[in-house]
Amino acid sequence: MAIAIDSISALLDPAIFIVKGTGLTVALILGAMLMGLVVGVPLSAVQVYGPRWAKFLAGTYVWFFRGIPILVLLFIFYFGVFSPMEAFLTKLAGYRVNLPFLAAVTTLGLASGAYQSQIFRGAINSLHAGQYQAALSLGFSRTGALAHIILPQALRLAIPSWANEYSILLKDSAIAYVLGTLEIMSRVKLMVAATHMHVPFYIQAGVIYYFLTWVGLKGLRTLERHTRIPGLGVDQENPQGIELEKPEERTA
Amino acid sequence: MSNVNLQSGPSGRDNNSQDGAGADAGARNSRTANARTGRPLLEVRNVSKSLGGKLILDDVSLSLDKGQLKVLIGPSGSGKSTLLQCVHFLTPPDKGEVVLDGQSAREMGQKNICAFRQEIGMIFQDFNLFDHLTARDNVAIALRKVKGQPKTAARVRAMDELERVGLADKAGLYPAQLSGGQKQRVSIARAMAMEPKLMLLDEPTSALDPELIGEVLNVIANLARGGMTMLMVTHQIGFAQHLTNEILFMEEGRIIERGTPGDLLGENSGSRTALFCSRLTELTGR
Repeated sequence: MAIAIDSISALLDPAIFIVKGTGLTVALILGAMLMGLVVGVPLSAVQVYGPRWAKFLAGTYVWFFRGIPILVLLFIFYFGVFSPMEAFLTKLAGYRVNLPFLAAVTTLGLASGAYQSQIFRGAINSLHAGQYQAALSLGFSRTGALAHIILPQALRLAIPSWANEYSILLKDSAIAYVLGTLEIMSRVKLMVAATHMHVPFYIQAGVIYYFLTWVGLKGLRTLERHTRIPGLGVDQENPQGIELEKPEERTA
Repeated sequence: MSNVNLQSGPSGRDNNSQDGAGADAGARNSRTANARTGRPLLEVRNVSKSLGGKLILDDVSLSLDKGQLKVLIGPSGSGKSTLLQCVHFLTPPDKGEVVLDGQSAREMGQKNICAFRQEIGMIFQDFNLFDHLTARDNVAIALRKVKGQPKTAARVRAMDELERVGLADKAGLYPAQLSGGQKQRVSIARAMAMEPKLMLLDEPTSALDPELIGEVLNVIANLARGGMTMLMVTHQIGFAQHLTNEILFMEEGRIIERGTPGDLLGENSGSRTALFCSRLTELTGR
């Protein structure tokens, strides 16, 4: 790629190259959010309703992922699990297999699951205990009560905190560049290295991340309004009228 | 449509029967059938329960015949609510047996305990309607998800039950849009839709504004007249004494007095119950 450093138009090609990473970043975030949801909901249920040993296991999981920085987790999982897997699959397939995206999405997803479990746990705990009792009294099994009565309410309550998790995860996803996933940040790094121009491309990355945050939060806000239960709360800023246990602040 | 058709027999109630006389006949039949077997519908035998190291229920026994309503009264903390929870096995007792219609709850195991609970309806002091569902779906959800009825059938049944408690016009509203009295009536409809053999009522009017108590008591009186077997914790003693033939007085986890309203509440009975109720009356002015 020939780049004339003094020409503004010469910035266009790298800029487009960077924008093309948006799809992978979005896939990374959605994948990790979804995985976090799948991991986090059962974890939260276990932490509220489970037997003592299961609570202990769930608690250990949560502490492990909350206690270690994302960057360290990425390296642990990449070199501990995915790199050997790559080597094995490469031997098996006969050509070079690379799994940086899978490694990134799995690590971010498992970590997000720990954080999301705390969001859902707070939401479940904020429901009146009588909801669960009333469900059992009608003959629901424990999982039935959870699936049909508790979670539909808890997930609604969790949307604002979930939006928060989205915005944090979005920014955490930038760290995945260390594994060489061709998402926004690693593309920026490549272009910076190629052009020796730092500021314009970092600003571009900032703008894309800002835009993705804005779109995601708008979308979740709409979802929140859409799933609002009529008659509950009147405050526009907090239509549920219920205070959630705040999830622990995260540092990326 | 009158409110006569509120009874529910063990054989289940005809979904489409709007015929009060027919329903009454059904109630009489099942009562005579029960008289033949001579077995009470509910037997609570020597139930004890400790919570947090404190003995809440101390060797409590009682029985209910089919169609009977018994009233449980006593000071707060005497174990009334815990007793209802134990009967329902929401809180399994430490010791003792709960037998409903010949079935021992303890012998049913974790899997079948849900089937046991299905046969007992519970009305809570604070209603516990499912906040995310409309009145109609509050009634319909257990029919669909527990009994496996198709959606439309469950909704039709739910509308029938709401009509019985006079709330058909509120079917589309969410709990947060209903008054306390309406919420409690929906919760009664919700419990009745499951065709329970027994209803447990835990201070059903205690959380209500005074002017809303009447509508709920009316519905309960209709259930009683329809032949529903009920165990009711209440402080509405003036109301309850006309529906029951036995009052159980609880204190410190034991039933310390039991007898007819006449015996326990008479002018010169000298009972603990009469003393307690006179204090209630002084406080509320009723």
